[in-house]
Amino acid sequence: MTTLKVNGREHQVDAEADTPLLHVLRDDLKLNAAKYGCGLGQCGSCTVIVDGKAVLSCVVPMVLLEGKQVTTLEGLGTIAEPAPIQRAFMEEQAAQCGYCIPGMMMRAQALLQKNSKPTDEQIRAELEPHLCRCGTHMRILRAVHRAARLMDTADALPAANGSAR
Amino acid sequence: MRASTRIIAGIVAAVLIAAAVAAFAIAWRPAIAAIDPPDPQSFDTALVKRGRDLAAIGNCSDCHTPRGAKNFAGGLPVPTPFGTIFSTNITPDPETGIGRWSEAAFRRAMRSGVNREGQHLYPTFPYDHFTNVSDEDDRALYAFLMTRQPVRAAARENQLSFPFDQRLAIAGWKLLFLRPDAYRPDPKQSAEWNRGAYLVEGLAHCGACHTPRNALGAERVSARFAGGDVDDWHAYAINDQSRSPVPWTADALFTYLREGWHPDHGTARGPMAKVVSNLSSVPASDVRAIAVYTASVSGTPTSGRTGPSDDALARAKMASQTNPVGASIYTAACASCHEGGRPLPYGGVDLGLSTSISSPDPRNLANVVLSGIDAVEGERSPIMPGFAASMNDDQASALLNYLRARFSDQPAWADLKKTIADARRTQAVFLQTSPAPRNAPADPQQREKP
Repeated sequence: MTTLKVNGREHQVDAEADTPLLHVLRDDLKLNAAKYGCGLGQCGSCTVIVDGKAVLSCVVPMVLLEGKQVTTLEGLGTIAEPAPIQRAFMEEQAAQCGYCIPGMMMRAQALLQKNSKPTDEQIRAELEPHLCRCGTHMRILRAVHRAARLMDTADALPAANGSAR
Repeated sequence: MRASTRIIAGIVAAVLIAAAVAAFAIAWRPAIAAIDPPDPQSFDTALVKRGRDLAAIGNCSDCHTPRGAKNFAGGLPVPTPFGTIFSTNITPDPETGIGRWSEAAFRRAMRSGVNREGQHLYPTFPYDHFTNVSDEDDRALYAFLMTRQPVRAAARENQLSFPFDQRLAIAGWKLLFLRPDAYRPDPKQSAEWNRGAYLVEGLAHCGACHTPRNALGAERVSARFAGGDVDDWHAYAINDQSRSPVPWTADALFTYLREGWHPDHGTARGPMAKVVSNLSSVPASDVRAIAVYTASVSGTPTSGRTGPSDDALARAKMASQTNPVGASIYTAACASCHEGGRPLPYGGVDLGLSTSISSPDPRNLANVVLSGIDAVEGERSPIMPGFAASMNDDQASALLNYLRARFSDQPAWADLKKTIADARRTQAVFLQTSPAPRNAPADPQQREKP
């Protein structure tokens, strides 16, 4: 048994050292937000955050995760209380078939955590490893900008509450 | 003062003056008169087209068009052991480019590394190779460059330490290392071989990267094509010391130089990606000639390289036992593509065929494992994810050690962790300053063929 920290919780997992993280997330922990697309690290749909960095979970074996924090889309927000990145994607209607979107959201989240006001160019460059055949790219771009604004106001809210109301 | 002392002093003074005069005579070059920028319409279009192909073979844009800059406007920092040298503006801008250079001035720069004003140029500009370029080809290159869009971009000051900041020192360097002879064909060889030799030794300046350099930065004649350095990459040996598990042939070289990959060797990346990108657009006959000559330079491999052998299985088992971490990473992160049996460029090369693993220098492998190979927009190109975000230096080191033990018969690399740490640091810089995509683009038309 190995210990795996996902979304703030520790799980005891019975997996080989060379098992890809994606398989453990989906098969053992039933966290199905990260998607199996190509299994080769080429499409981006399996992207999760490990210690603040976006990684392709289909090519990250368990042996690399000792002592690290994994965050999946389930760890950002819930249906009742979606995180800013999730709200932004819904409000911009950025998903069509939606298969690639969890991966896109995770990499966008990692980007916004280190750069709170990315330019169009930076977002495009960052999301370059993600394939989407539906063609909502422009909406995705808008959604990431919207998420940046939402996060900004979310940070500002407590102060605003205290002073203005 | 006694008479004999005076005589000695006189002789010393005379020798010193003579030496100064000689040094001046050796180092001094006259300026060539400035001209009014020629009308682009005055150049023959066929000549301009030929110049375009030649500029691609010469890979001029790699140094003279840094990423994000305008075509041929210069400004690429080239780090050398003596300091940083910046590439210059070779657009026909009259003030900051070569707009006021006559063809004679251009030819002198190519032949002997002297600019129009008479200053010696640093051999970062590979005139030690360009001295072999024919007058005709210089004329075509001149026509091509003088018909480009002029860009106003002043050259940046070089950052060199004394005495290398003295251009006089370059005159001394040239005395030692520049052989200003035009290329002479070898009548015993075929026309194709001679064409290849002319290009490889001249304009294509392959040795500038693939030949190691001496303490003064000149190519070591005795170690021609024995492997050298370029940016943060190792340019492999392409003579009989090549560590490629399968020996190169002219056909394999032709495919590789034309398309950016070959099933027995893998994918061109790093600085070589720009080279093949340029070569994919020139006449096939010239690439074929380069391949024929280079294959004859490679000759027969020395070190009993036989490719994947019977003891490969035993090696694989041993490597897994001694390095289980590396083995696990390989299984999950690498094998799905590299053992998938899918043909290149979409599948990964069989790592038993990879020169980056059998090479004495692990930098190329570290670079590609950490940064991957980006797909080229709009093209069917090789692709590999980078692993910098998912592996720390220890883990990457375990993986590289495993690959070395399993897929080559070579001893473990020394200082591997330092190489990986350096690659992690410099790769970030390289990505920002690279003049080119880091991957292997190729002519889409080539890719359309089955």
